[in-house]
Amino acid sequence: MDRATVLEQLTEVAVDVLGVDPSVVSEKSSFKDDLDADSLDLVEVVMALEERFSISVPEDKLDGITTVGEAVDLVIGIAAPNGSSDPA
Amino acid sequence: MTREAQDREARSRVAVVGMGVKTPAGSDLETFWATLLSGRSCAARISRFDPSALPVQFAGEVSDFDPLAYLDYKEAKRADRVAQLGFAAAADALADAGDLAADPARCGVVAGTGVGGLMTQEQQEEILFSKGAMRVSPMLVPMMMANATAALVGMKLGWTGPNFCVATACAAGSHAVGEGARLIREGSADVVLAGGSEAAVTPIAIAAFARMGALSGRHDAPELASRPFDVARDGFVIGEGAAFLVLERWDRAVSRGARIYGEIAGYGRNADAYHITAPSPGGVGAAECMRLALADAGIEPSAVGHVNAHGTSTQLNDAAEAEAMVKVFGEYGPPVTSTKGATGHLIGAAGATEAVASFLAMGAGLVPPTANHERTEDELAIDVVHGEPRRLAAAPVVSNSFGFGGHNASLVLGPAPSSDKP
Repeated sequence: MDRATVLEQLTEVAVDVLGVDPSVVSEKSSFKDDLDADSLDLVEVVMALEERFSISVPEDKLDGITTVGEAVDLVIGIAAPNGSSDPA
Repeated sequence: MTREAQDREARSRVAVVGMGVKTPAGSDLETFWATLLSGRSCAARISRFDPSALPVQFAGEVSDFDPLAYLDYKEAKRADRVAQLGFAAAADALADAGDLAADPARCGVVAGTGVGGLMTQEQQEEILFSKGAMRVSPMLVPMMMANATAALVGMKLGWTGPNFCVATACAAGSHAVGEGARLIREGSADVVLAGGSEAAVTPIAIAAFARMGALSGRHDAPELASRPFDVARDGFVIGEGAAFLVLERWDRAVSRGARIYGEIAGYGRNADAYHITAPSPGGVGAAECMRLALADAGIEPSAVGHVNAHGTSTQLNDAAEAEAMVKVFGEYGPPVTSTKGATGHLIGAAGATEAVASFLAMGAGLVPPTANHERTEDELAIDVVHGEPRRLAAAPVVSNSFGFGGHNASLVLGPAPSSDKP
């Protein structure tokens, strides 16, 4: 899965769920510090990503996700578990 | 000296210094009051969702409400409409109260509701059944819980004093105002935002109330459906909305030069202990509740200027309440009005909405007409104000609320002493 596409989709979700401006969403953004997201927000963000990518994110995989980039990695890893995606 | 009289001497008086409404009859005090005086009923076909499949397709909706005028995007997204309406009414009341300059730890919130965030619950249940448990929102609990409005008001204002919700169905708004007043009387708070909110114009609520036979079925003319105490009444009209009052310790309000609408002079509450929905025969529970409120205020029934009745427009409530009023005041006692003719039944917001109406009535020296009331049922020996407003010198109002479950609450609301008017 194309990394830019995932980031684009994640940005749309962040705008919808968190009410942030799309310009503040980058791979480096911290959900908590930059996007003012709490743990409930993070669950909503992940649910929206599951819908968009038709994936299922196990709850234990959410631990340690603090930045947008880590969430992108998570989605790509689950969508393409055999490592066929291009991380570049 | 009676115990009630001793209590009155010891306790703080409770002034009402701010009011805010979000109702089908208006979302500001001026519009709300003008609608009540006009005798116009606000029931109409439901517009916020398609009601075609429902047995009753009309209600009282708050049509001019934008939550984003009060909450930011994320706050609004995280609040059910019941809390949005409630916070907005509370914020309006606070703005109306002037500069309170109060210690946040001495400021409390008491919010009434019948069911809390019902629309959110219905939407999430649909998701549960159609998409499964893993798609249920993590915000469901904080959005549906009955105390969400009280929590939101407290959080937004940073008020850390007593904060709780009362959920006594249709009596919740009056219970909230009464319990809020008690917080000030007993010294637990200096300022309390007390009121109620409800957003139960939803498919499941309408289906359920209709199945009970509680709702009017006047489909051909919804605007004529809510007609309290009228001989042709056939049920209540469900409505959504919110109202809050800022209660303040009397001496504090006077010393800061606050504009005082009046006072919470008396509060009675009891239970029918009879039936889960029907009022006790002859309105005995309601009568005792009014007597408790009058005794708490230390006034005789003859001192009451008018009654703002619960007056839902159902057969059973209106008959029992009329009998209760006869028991307390005698036949054809003080004039009676029901705000629900105009607003419909706002469930947990009704009592607070009607307290606001009562203070506006005392301030104007006018009792609003009961919308749609044309002819009082012969068996009801009460004087229902209808047709046009009735001029009446400012005098205490008894405002009644009676909830399913047999929960009764009566408030005695006193006018502002003329020397305290600005």
